[in-house]
Amino acid sequence: MAYDYAPFPYVPPTGLTAPEGRHPVVIVGAGPIGLAMAIDLAQHDVKSVVLDDNNVVSVGSRAICWAKRTLEIFDRLGVGERMLEKGVTWKVGRQFHGAKEVYSFDLLPEPGHKYPAFINLQQYYVEQYLVERAQEFPGLIDLRFLNKVTDHTDHGTYVELTVETPDGTYALEADYYIACEGAGSPTRKRMELAFEGQTFEEHFLIVDVEMETSPFGDHDTPERWFWFAPPFHNGQSALLHKQPDNIYRIDLQLGPETDPKEEATEARVIPRIKAIVGDTPFRLDWMSVYKFRCAKLERFVHNRVLFVGDSAHVVSPFGARGGNGGIQDVDNLGWKLASVLQGDAPATLLETYNEERTHGSAENILNSARATNFMTPKSPIEALFRDEVLNLASDHPFARKLINSGRLSNPCSLEGKSLQTPGDAPQHPGWPLMDAPLVGPNGQTWLVAETKGQFTLLGFGQTALPEITGIARLGINGQHDYPCFDDIEGHAAQRYGADHIYLIRPDGHICAAFRSPEPKEIQAAYDRARGINA
Amino acid sequence: MILKDNLGPDGDAFYNALMDAHEGRDESESHALNARLVLMMANQIGDLEVLRSLLEIAAATPQKQD
Repeated sequence: MAYDYAPFPYVPPTGLTAPEGRHPVVIVGAGPIGLAMAIDLAQHDVKSVVLDDNNVVSVGSRAICWAKRTLEIFDRLGVGERMLEKGVTWKVGRQFHGAKEVYSFDLLPEPGHKYPAFINLQQYYVEQYLVERAQEFPGLIDLRFLNKVTDHTDHGTYVELTVETPDGTYALEADYYIACEGAGSPTRKRMELAFEGQTFEEHFLIVDVEMETSPFGDHDTPERWFWFAPPFHNGQSALLHKQPDNIYRIDLQLGPETDPKEEATEARVIPRIKAIVGDTPFRLDWMSVYKFRCAKLERFVHNRVLFVGDSAHVVSPFGARGGNGGIQDVDNLGWKLASVLQGDAPATLLETYNEERTHGSAENILNSARATNFMTPKSPIEALFRDEVLNLASDHPFARKLINSGRLSNPCSLEGKSLQTPGDAPQHPGWPLMDAPLVGPNGQTWLVAETKGQFTLLGFGQTALPEITGIARLGINGQHDYPCFDDIEGHAAQRYGADHIYLIRPDGHICAAFRSPEPKEIQAAYDRARGINA
Repeated sequence: MILKDNLGPDGDAFYNALMDAHEGRDESESHALNARLVLMMANQIGDLEVLRSLLEIAAATPQKQD
């Protein structure tokens, strides 16, 4: 059944008739990034206005692969469990050369995590869930559909916007302006900021088909299947994913000499799908032809204008690093902007959003560009090396590791960045929180679910954690006057080492580790993590 | 990275074994064999820094002009 694209209501904004007063935050774009941004800020008690020139969710499935780290962030934002329930869980990827399987990988081989390595879920569902979640904050999130930003000016201490609606144009002012408009970001273009990188010449066809019979054949478990030189398609590569509602994503590489308009037609697409699924009945749900591109802004912070998600950086797909990278931006910026607006941290803390997320996006671009280079050889010699890697892979394990059909999104490490206090522990300062199952007064829970949205000190056993203003405490295998949980299965102690104390940031990254509960050291690390210089 | 002799008395034997491996192959088959060899040898060396130095020196070595 095709998704019902019900439009969101347009309400004429107050600004059309009277000045609105200055808003703390305006978010431009109500895609997954803008919506998640608004929810994150609302959970930190920060009001925002979300403007979108459209009034429906994403047309077409677009971003479908949501990584474990993203689901953990969405858990904090209150939509993780709903996404997990609806999504198709998978963790195994199989790679074929021709008809022959050469290598498979398991992305989450160990138990003891609330969320799986990946789920597949159409972007329209993600946006729908996020809109519905945002509507749970009527006093904090002001969602305005059919509100198109046509101009903005940064006045140094605030930003002024011009917004077009079906009823005319109005002006808005905000302390901070967050651009979450996607790859084509009009804000970026208005500011004439360089968006530099690499465009790949190959065209890819992306098709969603609905069918009752699984194209995975006897394989009941949904997986990620990738073909080099597929037997059913005269091209370099093909990819197959399962989505909810019996929708299957098929990506086919078409080569550089392609007319994108001609290819994105039923007449051309149906025979290509029939070559894969044979006579099995199917319905075309959505299709698009695109080129790969990797590019980023040099800086994501431009005084009062902040860039988040695809408006700051784009990567080629096949690594699930676009949407997942953007959600990590949100996670990184939310608590920092809230701290700055609420006077808990200096405005310079925002500069560390730039530091940490330009690093994260550079890592995503590096990985995506490498995968794309492998998948789309640019010369006969590149094709030769690629083919010989695939040849050797049948018999030799080392070559299987070189096959690159996308290095799937991993959580970004912020180790060595300025907010982290260097330290020696099994989980390094800078790493995102590794999940573990816990048992508490309300039964079974998870570490990622108990350390949400605030600075938290994590300790084990009888070591009493000191009380420090602004820091929550969480004990494992101990009894103290703060929330304590039991590590029945032993995963937490094994992952964290029971003789360490960790300070966790509101975005779930570890920012310091200690051997003993020394309040002065903990306070210093806490200040450092908020950009406060001692 | 080792650029002084490391094969010792086996240099001639290796060189001839390499030529033998290419014997009877046309140019494209030889290229494919070389590609496989490079990949396998890289894995055998297993040290990115050494491999980068080798690539750099090989790439910087001028080609003989006719």
